[in-house]
Amino acid sequence: MPKTEFPTGKATRDAYGKALLRLGKEMPELVVLDADLSKSTRTSKFQEAFPDRFFNIGIAEANMAGIAAGLASSGKVPFISSFACFLMNKAFDQLRMCVAYPNVNVKVAVTHAGISIGEDGPSQQGIEDVALALALPGFAVLVPADETAAEELVVAAAKHVGPAFIRLGRAEAPKVYREGEKFQIGGSKILRDGTDATIVANGLLVAEAAKAAGILEDEGLSVCVVDAYSVSPLDETALAAAARKTGAVVVAEEHLLDGGLGSRVAMALARLCPVPMEFVGLDNTYAESGGPQELLEKYRLTAPWIAEAARRAVSRKK
Amino acid sequence: MPCDSAKLELLKDKARAIRRWSCIMTAEAGSGHPGGSLSAADLLAVLYFHVMRHDPANPGWPDRDRFILSKGHACPALYAALYEAGYLKGVDLKTLRKLGSPLQGHPDKRKLPVLEASTGSLGQGLSVGIGMALAAKMDGRNYRTYVMLGDGECDEGQVWEAAMWAGAKKLDNLAAIVDYNKIQLDDFVKAIVDLEPLEDKWRAFNWDVQSIDGHDMEKIIEAFDRAAAVRGKPQVIIAHTIKGKGVSFMENKVKFHGVAPTKDELTKALAELDRA
Ligand SMILES: Cc1ncc(C[n+]2csc(CCOP(=O)(O)OP(=O)(O)O)c2C)c(N)n1
Repeated sequence: MPKTEFPTGKATRDAYGKALLRLGKEMPELVVLDADLSKSTRTSKFQEAFPDRFFNIGIAEANMAGIAAGLASSGKVPFISSFACFLMNKAFDQLRMCVAYPNVNVKVAVTHAGISIGEDGPSQQGIEDVALALALPGFAVLVPADETAAEELVVAAAKHVGPAFIRLGRAEAPKVYREGEKFQIGGSKILRDGTDATIVANGLLVAEAAKAAGILEDEGLSVCVVDAYSVSPLDETALAAAARKTGAVVVAEEHLLDGGLGSRVAMALARLCPVPMEFVGLDNTYAESGGPQELLEKYRLTAPWIAEAARRAVSRKK
Repeated sequence: MPCDSAKLELLKDKARAIRRWSCIMTAEAGSGHPGGSLSAADLLAVLYFHVMRHDPANPGWPDRDRFILSKGHACPALYAALYEAGYLKGVDLKTLRKLGSPLQGHPDKRKLPVLEASTGSLGQGLSVGIGMALAAKMDGRNYRTYVMLGDGECDEGQVWEAAMWAGAKKLDNLAAIVDYNKIQLDDFVKAIVDLEPLEDKWRAFNWDVQSIDGHDMEKIIEAFDRAAAVRGKPQVIIAHTIKGKGVSFMENKVKFHGVAPTKDELTKALAELDRA
């Protein structure tokens, strides 16, 4: 029986801190930069263990991205971290000019992505970061669902030669995967198979997608759930196969509908296997302050809304 | 490093060559930025033919000094300096800005790997230079990193983020050069955003500051030598220059920031440069 409920695990940012410690031992060239949020991003763990390879740049995200590019050009493997909204919005031109365009080996690990950061409100909620990362040619764009995926993908990003973006959350994340599960850049995971519809999700919404599949199963619909943790490169083959088999697709993400996973999947399927599609995400709006779960419910990012979208997609099948 | 008269002559020749090429390349392209290329020519000549340790036969030498042209639009002068130094073998300088050329309109490290950084969006080079200087410290290498900024470029906040960090961290293997030619794109710097007191600004950020005539070879050499000996502070050389220097009708003209000389103007420019 595929699972629809998962135990609560650690936040993906905690897994990032853990992965950096692991990598710090293996990779002497690894360096970590932060912009005065190291306690929140968990890079402070790395600082404690490897003080000579950690640099706090202060509240100067653009400067941080540029410095990282210089370090990478000199043989280091820098990870830079801040909240998703600050790093991607304030350093976008630097990521474009100094990292993506010259294809420099910098890793961008952002935390506090999405609205599930809760009470701090929209100024701190990254809701456009994936769209921005996708607009950087050559970047691997990774959105892990839980601590296991996050740790493995941070390691994969570190070993990958080229720029990478990893999106991490503040909230405790349901533990979707067993320890030891493997993830790779360009990969995806099928959590459950199905024949009537496919739900594609990533990040925190993978667990919601699985829950939605459980709701739909009780109504007699057999639903496939795909974790598209690698938004770029996207596992188009797996997605097209799922679309072909089920004939209806929902994409769910904790991000603006514009320019995120939904648009990438839609573009791929429009080409490879057009089927009725529905989208779950933040719809042309900022969120607000509130509890993480309250916000996810109010902004319609939870299982019942995903299930509703799936019913709509299925009803549109010819 | 002391400099004899033969060396001075060589530097003047190289500066002239950089100016000639900057005019030829932009005229050939029909676009580009001659003004800020000409103002930087003497500084580049001293850097590439006297100050920096580098080896055209081994461009990837890990201990080479680094140079970043943060004011990337002045790349004709940089391409010319690299060419004169013996890099760019087999590259035709007259392909500047043409389809397929490694000599992109602004420096592109991917197309021209000898470049240390891709620039063209102003304000970013000093940060990249910090990363290189930091890596040198970590690896115990003694190369120095040089970053050339425009005066207009100093409007960018990131320049001061970088200046603040490098000063606070005492990055003494890093030097900035401000090509203070008093003109930016739309107008004179004073009319857009006056930078004065510029020395005080850098000093307040804990930099070693020198102001020089950026067209006086001996003064330029002296300043770089002095800078290299400073310990515990990054160094800035504020080089007072003339935009369009060396071509009378371009000198101090806002227009020639981003307008290439016509064929006729090129002929006149080259004649003047050859006479000088
Ligand atoms: C971020 C950014 N904004 C605007 C421009 C367009 N631009 C190109 S050159 C220039 C003026 C630069 O003036 P300055 O730094 O004084 O250069 P110089 O006079 O030495 O040529 C401007 C505004 C740019 N390249 N980058």
